[in-house]
Amino acid sequence: MNDLLYLNGYGFYVWGSYVVTFALLAIELVALRKRTQRK
Amino acid sequence: MTTQTNTRTAGIRWFWFSSPATFYPLAGTIAWIAGVLAAVLTVAGLYVGFVVAPTDATQGEAYRIIYIHVAAAWMSMFLYVVMAFWSAVGLAMNARLAFILARAIAPTGALFTFIALWTGSLWGKPTWGTWWVWDARLTSELILLFLYFGYLALQASIDERRRADRAGALLAVVGVVNVPIIYYSVQWWNTLHQGASVSLTKAPSMAKVMLLGMLLMALAFWMYSIAVVMIRARCEIRESQ
Amino acid sequence: MLSIARTLVGRDLLLALRRKSDVATALLFFVIVASLFPLGIGAEPNQLRAIAPGVIWVAALLSSMLSLARLFAGDHADGTLEQMLLGAAPLGVVVAARTFAHWLVSGLPLVLIAPLIALQYDVARPLYGVLALSLLLGTPILSIIGAIGAALTLGLRGGGVLLSLLVLPLYVPVLVMGAGAVEMAGAGLAPDGQLLLLGAFLVVAAAFAPWATAAALRISIE
Repeated sequence: MNDLLYLNGYGFYVWGSYVVTFALLAIELVALRKRTQRK
Repeated sequence: MTTQTNTRTAGIRWFWFSSPATFYPLAGTIAWIAGVLAAVLTVAGLYVGFVVAPTDATQGEAYRIIYIHVAAAWMSMFLYVVMAFWSAVGLAMNARLAFILARAIAPTGALFTFIALWTGSLWGKPTWGTWWVWDARLTSELILLFLYFGYLALQASIDERRRADRAGALLAVVGVVNVPIIYYSVQWWNTLHQGASVSLTKAPSMAKVMLLGMLLMALAFWMYSIAVVMIRARCEIRESQ
Repeated sequence: MLSIARTLVGRDLLLALRRKSDVATALLFFVIVASLFPLGIGAEPNQLRAIAPGVIWVAALLSSMLSLARLFAGDHADGTLEQMLLGAAPLGVVVAARTFAHWLVSGLPLVLIAPLIALQYDVARPLYGVLALSLLLGTPILSIIGAIGAALTLGLRGGGVLLSLLVLPLYVPVLVMGAGAVEMAGAGLAPDGQLLLLGAFLVVAAAFAPWATAAALRISIE
């Protein structure tokens, strides 16, 4: 498990990329959700 | 919203959907299907990318970023073209729905452009030592981001809906014509100033498996975009009534 | 059609001469911006010589953009623009004439002043010609493409800054080729490719952009 996080030292970059990417996409979805519920 | 205008063009069934009212339920269905596909493809893509694909010899685990970096970059450019397409349709046929679609695409396109830049930066740091590289692709992505921002800013600063639609549409069409010119200018600029040293476009020589992972993620992002654009278009339709 | 264009250009030049301050402001801005860089970066001669083409070009770009906001604003304010839209002359021709007049007043002076800036940066003598030629070809393109942005943002709040945001990405190829031509010459290579490309950009822009600008004007006013 630790290996997966550490990824030979590249963990910060790889997970930094993936986490931010999916977080942004999730935020977009949430914002859209809020917009549909507003009206 | 009536559909009586559509009977004039009877025989061309797809005009049936050019009225926002009839498009609304269709968009909902498309959003659902696309959303499910997006989820499935994401799981598949990540599985192939992380579990099946081997570690790269030169770049180590860092290369795994390209699965989303390249996919996001492809989407950012593809979405701009689609946005320009619907803009052109809107201008040519004066179809409200085309303008709605174009407007719905822009935020997602800008988001993917940003993701491409962010992941590109995080890929560049361990591979080439710096957080930002002025290579042709990243620089072109940056300019693409400005193009998206310009479109969004223009739409935001015009209160009158009709003018906003059409002005944005014209800007998108002018932009799409310029994108290849911008890309090739930046390419040339890059060779002039950097020689052959740094190039983020030199991805590790692709094993078939890596290519598959990239393709799956690209398709996943595409389905995601379709879903989000459909939902956003529905919001616009509902808000304009 | 040519006589219409000539009349329009003449009228615009007359108006510009009456408001000399506008011309002078754009010119001064160009000179000031170019003078700021050594103050910010340091006056090391080799460094200045290296950055000169880029700096001069960027300064020309920014100055050109500043003056673009005025392109249609005056006519819009006093109603002449609506008259042009309704008039008999094809709007594309009207736009082309206005843009040409605008370039004569805001772009051409930059071409003429640029050698002075080059002197400040101690640019090598043989490069003056390439610099002037690149600006001569490039500044009209800036005016022509910028006109589209000026038409789209007519009367909008946030005008000037919004105009810059819209138009600067479109300027990138011109900047790259223009500054690049001078840099190629500086490196001892022939700048022919870049200059020819600039010429091609100019021809294509001059052929198509006025119609886009005309369409943008209709969108902004109707």
